Amino acid sequence: MAMHKRLYNVGAILKGLSITLRFMFARKPTVQYPSVRKQHAPRFHGLHELRRYDDGKERCIGCELCSSACPANAITVIGAENAPGDRKSPGERYAARYEIDELRCIFCGMCEEACPTDAIVLTPRFEMSDFRRGSFIYAKDRLLVPADGGVGTPPDERPGGIPADLGGVAGKKSTLDVGSGYDATYNGSLLKTQRKGLTG
Amino acid sequence: MPLWLIVLIKSAILLFIVVTSFAYAMLAERKVMGWMQLRPGPNRVGPWGLMQPAADAAKLILKEDLAPRTADPLLYRLAPFVSLLTAFSVYAIIPFDVTSAGTWSIGNVNAGVLFLLAITSLGVYGISLGGWASGSKFPLLGSVRSTAQMISYELGMGLALAGVLLVAGTTSLDGIVSAQRDLWFFIPQFVAFVVYVVTAIAETNRVPFDLVEAETELVAGFHTEYSGLRFGLFFIAEYVNMLTVSCIASLLFFGGWNAPFGWTWLPGIVWFLLKVAAFMFFYIWLRATLPRFRYDRLMAFGWKVLLPIATLNVVVTAVVIALKG
Amino acid sequence: MSAIFWVPAIVLVASAVWTVTASKPVYSVVALLLNFVALAVLFLTLSAEFLAMIQLIVYSGAILVLFLFVIALLSSGVAPLSLGPNRLPRIVAPAAICVAVALGLVLAGVATSHGIPAPPRAAYANAGSAGMPGVFGSVGDFGKALFTTYLLPFEVTALILMVAVIGTIVLAGDETPYVASRRRAEQNRKAMREAIAREGD
Ligand code: SF4
Ligand code: SF4
Repeated sequence: MAMHKRLYNVGAILKGLSITLRFMFARKPTVQYPSVRKQHAPRFHGLHELRRYDDGKERCIGCELCSSACPANAITVIGAENAPGDRKSPGERYAARYEIDELRCIFCGMCEEACPTDAIVLTPRFEMSDFRRGSFIYAKDRLLVPADGGVGTPPDERPGGIPADLGGVAGKKSTLDVGSGYDATYNGSLLKTQRKGLTG
Repeated sequence: MPLWLIVLIKSAILLFIVVTSFAYAMLAERKVMGWMQLRPGPNRVGPWGLMQPAADAAKLILKEDLAPRTADPLLYRLAPFVSLLTAFSVYAIIPFDVTSAGTWSIGNVNAGVLFLLAITSLGVYGISLGGWASGSKFPLLGSVRSTAQMISYELGMGLALAGVLLVAGTTSLDGIVSAQRDLWFFIPQFVAFVVYVVTAIAETNRVPFDLVEAETELVAGFHTEYSGLRFGLFFIAEYVNMLTVSCIASLLFFGGWNAPFGWTWLPGIVWFLLKVAAFMFFYIWLRATLPRFRYDRLMAFGWKVLLPIATLNVVVTAVVIALKG
Repeated sequence: MSAIFWVPAIVLVASAVWTVTASKPVYSVVALLLNFVALAVLFLTLSAEFLAMIQLIVYSGAILVLFLFVIALLSSGVAPLSLGPNRLPRIVAPAAICVAVALGLVLAGVATSHGIPAPPRAAYANAGSAGMPGVFGSVGDFGKALFTTYLLPFEVTALILMVAVIGTIVLAGDETPYVASRRRAEQNRKAMREAIAREGD
């Protein structure tokens, strides 16, 4: 019987055993991640960042192009007119609210491509685990490069691999010190994102 | 010292040894399997992950002990203890060495091999009662499978051991070991040895015969509903059973504490433990290598291949011994 | 008589009662298991080592497991059996009482008679631990007695068990449904091929 032929195939079993034994002494490709970090590809798609101009103005002009380009409907932009005395961006408008739901995001980089001012870029940061779903909705307070944090680097200008400071935002704010006042915005925007998702 | 006190002290020592070796057998399994799958295995808790068993134990103890509403309240709670009891009580008679001070074992039973078979055959109750008492379908299927599997392979195992008993002419474990002083029984009883190894894997529900658990189809088999400490007890029982069959294999086929090639510069107990460790390694090695059997093939293999081979082995052995006088 | 007798003895009787009174069949199996284990312990106290082990291996390890197998499959819900009508005819009750009394009398007779020799306690008390060769109840003695003095009853028992196995096969049929259906399919295919051949395409 065919079954018995296969059962008696001791040779195959021995071959399998020899392979596993060989593998046991083989070099392990594992990188001991938290203590040893691998070099990323220079254009690795990780957490987003909203860049600034050299003079500290926000690049984002609240045009919502990124939001419409996003295949995952992860971006919510609410633009507003710049007040004459207090210009947030060089253009007419700026993003009054800018939120990205990083749980919806598929890190495709379409937003980056769509942005006319190179405001939104993807940094190589990827460690954004948290115990609360709500904290994955990144608002401007965490996306925008801090005023004293330089301008942020678009992928094309990165010298290669992870920048030493892991991107401007990372140095200033960890995902854990989300801070108060955050939850108030996320409830509303979550609902909005969902509504948007439903109506298309 | 009164006898009961001696037995109590011996049991406590042995219990400690068995539980510790369970813990490190588990770690060794995870390590070795990791290496064979090109991973480093657990290495975060303590140096080289040596404290991993303690972390696992803490986790299991702290986890919530759940029982499904449909579970049978008494048997669901009892079953893990049945498994554990049968797994541990075998060590009451396993000898580790014979020195001038006597046999290193808790009790010395003359029908030792029979006692082993008797106790291990009770081990199936923990699994089948646990599966039934869980009151849900996957555990039930797992336990029914295990019942069928274990009684099928028990026959082959018993017959394989019968060959050894015939050659040794005694049923006491230290008698069998001392009968192997010149020639270890895995040479004259090679067929029995192979049958024993295969059936022992099936009896302890290990890969490739772990149809009792069969994650791919039965979630986790008989212990699907168990959590926390009760799951831990089943877990301990499985590894202690592995240790047991490894002990039996080295006692009955590999000369127990007899040193190979007359290398007596290591004490007998070290040789014995080395042999047991080698068998444990073999188990892990198999697990990392082989896929799971299909159920009907498992049964066919047990009844149509192993059982006839073991029977034939007993008959041939008996005839040879009778002819020799 | 000491605790080593009384504890297993009481467990034995209690578990026997539990076996017949338990409302869930699986509990009956557990009670019976307890019963077998207690019986094995009693055999051990009589220094019938081999019998005790065989009691565990065969009855607890094989036969009772099969019971559990079937019962667990059939009563996979854990609800206790509902009490149906008592199908036992009334007339059986006095008969049962009579049998019980008769058994009791036999037991009493055995217990008080001097016809049955007491187990040779002296013999094994001197010869060291129980179960050594040449001592009452040892494996070797048991085997010798079984294959010499009691060879005929032994073989007859084996034959009777064989009859039971053959009977089961006859009752259950030796063709699995799978084989039968395959055979039918084979026949159909053959008939079809013949029909095609007759028609000449
Ligand atoms: S990376 Fe892709 S999915 Fe993520 S926000 Fe940008 S466009 Fe949307
Ligand atoms: S990030 Fe770019 S695309 Fe998006 S709203 Fe701002 S300017 Fe427009």
